[in-house]
Amino acid sequence: MSDAAITIAGLHKHYGDLHAVDGLDLEIGTGEVFALLGPNGAGKSTTVEILEGFRRRTSGEVSVLGTDPQHAPKEWRTRVGVMLQSTSEHGALTAREALKYTAGLYPNARDVDETLAAVGLTEKANAKPATLSGGQRRRLDVGLAVIGRPELVFLDEPTTGFDPEARRQFWDLIESLRGDGSTIVLTTHYLDEADHLADRIGIIAAGRLVALDTPAGLRRRAADARVAWVEDGTPREVETDAPTALLRDLLARHDGEVEALEVVHPSLEDVYLRLIGDATRAGESAAPADPTQPSKEATA
Amino acid sequence: MTTTAPRASSTAPTWASMTRARIVVELKEFLRSREQMVFIFFFPVMLLTLFGAVFGDANIAPDVTFAQYFLPGMVASGILNTGFQSLAMSLAVDRDEDVLKRIHGTPLPQTAFFTAKIVQVLIVSVIQIALLIAIGVALYDAAMPSDAEHWWTFTWVFLLGTAASTTLGIATSSLLRNAKAGSAIITPVVLVLQFTSGVFLVYTEVPTFLQRFAEIFPLKWLAQGMRSVFLPEDFAMAEARGSWEHPATAIVLALWVVVGLFLAVRTFRWTRHDDN
Repeated sequence: MSDAAITIAGLHKHYGDLHAVDGLDLEIGTGEVFALLGPNGAGKSTTVEILEGFRRRTSGEVSVLGTDPQHAPKEWRTRVGVMLQSTSEHGALTAREALKYTAGLYPNARDVDETLAAVGLTEKANAKPATLSGGQRRRLDVGLAVIGRPELVFLDEPTTGFDPEARRQFWDLIESLRGDGSTIVLTTHYLDEADHLADRIGIIAAGRLVALDTPAGLRRRAADARVAWVEDGTPREVETDAPTALLRDLLARHDGEVEALEVVHPSLEDVYLRLIGDATRAGESAAPADPTQPSKEATA
Repeated sequence: MTTTAPRASSTAPTWASMTRARIVVELKEFLRSREQMVFIFFFPVMLLTLFGAVFGDANIAPDVTFAQYFLPGMVASGILNTGFQSLAMSLAVDRDEDVLKRIHGTPLPQTAFFTAKIVQVLIVSVIQIALLIAIGVALYDAAMPSDAEHWWTFTWVFLLGTAASTTLGIATSSLLRNAKAGSAIITPVVLVLQFTSGVFLVYTEVPTFLQRFAEIFPLKWLAQGMRSVFLPEDFAMAEARGSWEHPATAIVLALWVVVGLFLAVRTFRWTRHDDN
């Protein structure tokens, strides 16, 4: 990582009372594949659209390739590729026509046929756009985002709604882009996608970054085990990165059976769910609900 | 990648090359959209033949039939349909479906985008008008403009009318909350203008207060300007003020161009209303 492709400091975006982005600090290095992971409504797309120059921020500092995207000149656009969350359903151009036109807007564009092959649309190159499947349209969107040979590519929820097979193929496509040295920022609400593709993952919930780590680092957090048992009639629970030592101590204090002993290793998914769960609860603390009371929906 | 072979596409794009490429895209999109083709080409031709067949023979002046009066009116409303109605609706749909946002995300200059839109409107309008004139000449003995003076009048009325319609169309697209609201709002507006501005009805037979109302808007002036091109010179006496009023026509249309341009520049947005 030579220097930062993107720096974000104290970013806020408010829609009335809703704080979609609530104080975000982040630095994404040049050449990095970075995943912004979080549930729907967490603020991923709002953040990315601010970085893409489509939305105005409420406050904070943002620099993308050394430029404030809110006031970016058109030359900046030749360095940034964008794949939106939405796909055009009513385009009139074939895949080849769309790629050829788009390539003509960039000073050092990729070859159209090479790009068609890279996104797996060679056979559909001249097909009527209406005959493309959802997955093929998304692949065309990737092609359109990268054909200008951008230094930085944004992929906003590229695989939402895909079946597992299509998602795997799509991952291979993104992997192949990594070789070009461009910086890739993708948003997703699939943990396995971020885990598979990204050098680093930023987990975002309720407009805040709740974790920033490599996939391996997040997995290490998952190595913490939860040890539960019952002692003197009271349930006890401890989370530890050294469950064996804890057990040894426990066994030393107990002669016979330890009552209701349990050792559980949370999965990566458990870590993720706990992180976003904590953040969502913190976000709702303005109107605290009694957690001991079952909700109306649950009892109805 | 250390070695990149020089390729044809590595020449830097210019404003002209990008505008040309965008014009081709705009035309392809228009030609491949069945709705637009029907609305712009088939619908006016159908109206012209239908009204011509029903009311065409009635004389509204000694040597002017209603069909002949109706032709310049349809040419005028064709300019409004293409530049205003069709453009506003297609821009609203493109905004709703993030097509505009996607364009904004590329290096295409804004001026290139709008130039391409305007060229597309001009080309489509010319074809539409040629179709209408051909039918008028073939079926209703309408006379083609006979001299350079009439063609000059046709040209400036057409260009000013298209400029006013296009800028107002772009501005209106930004005011629409979404594409669905588009047809519900724009269609009645255009219909009211068509009925009061001397398109579907003879202008001088419309009640005076409606004439005053129609005088505010471009269509009345467009229609009158086109009548001065296609109807005999002495029909000017039958106009509301006994003359073709060319200076007033130029002034009103030019004012609308200025208003439209101001509104279009001030209100245009690449993203949906709920995006910010």
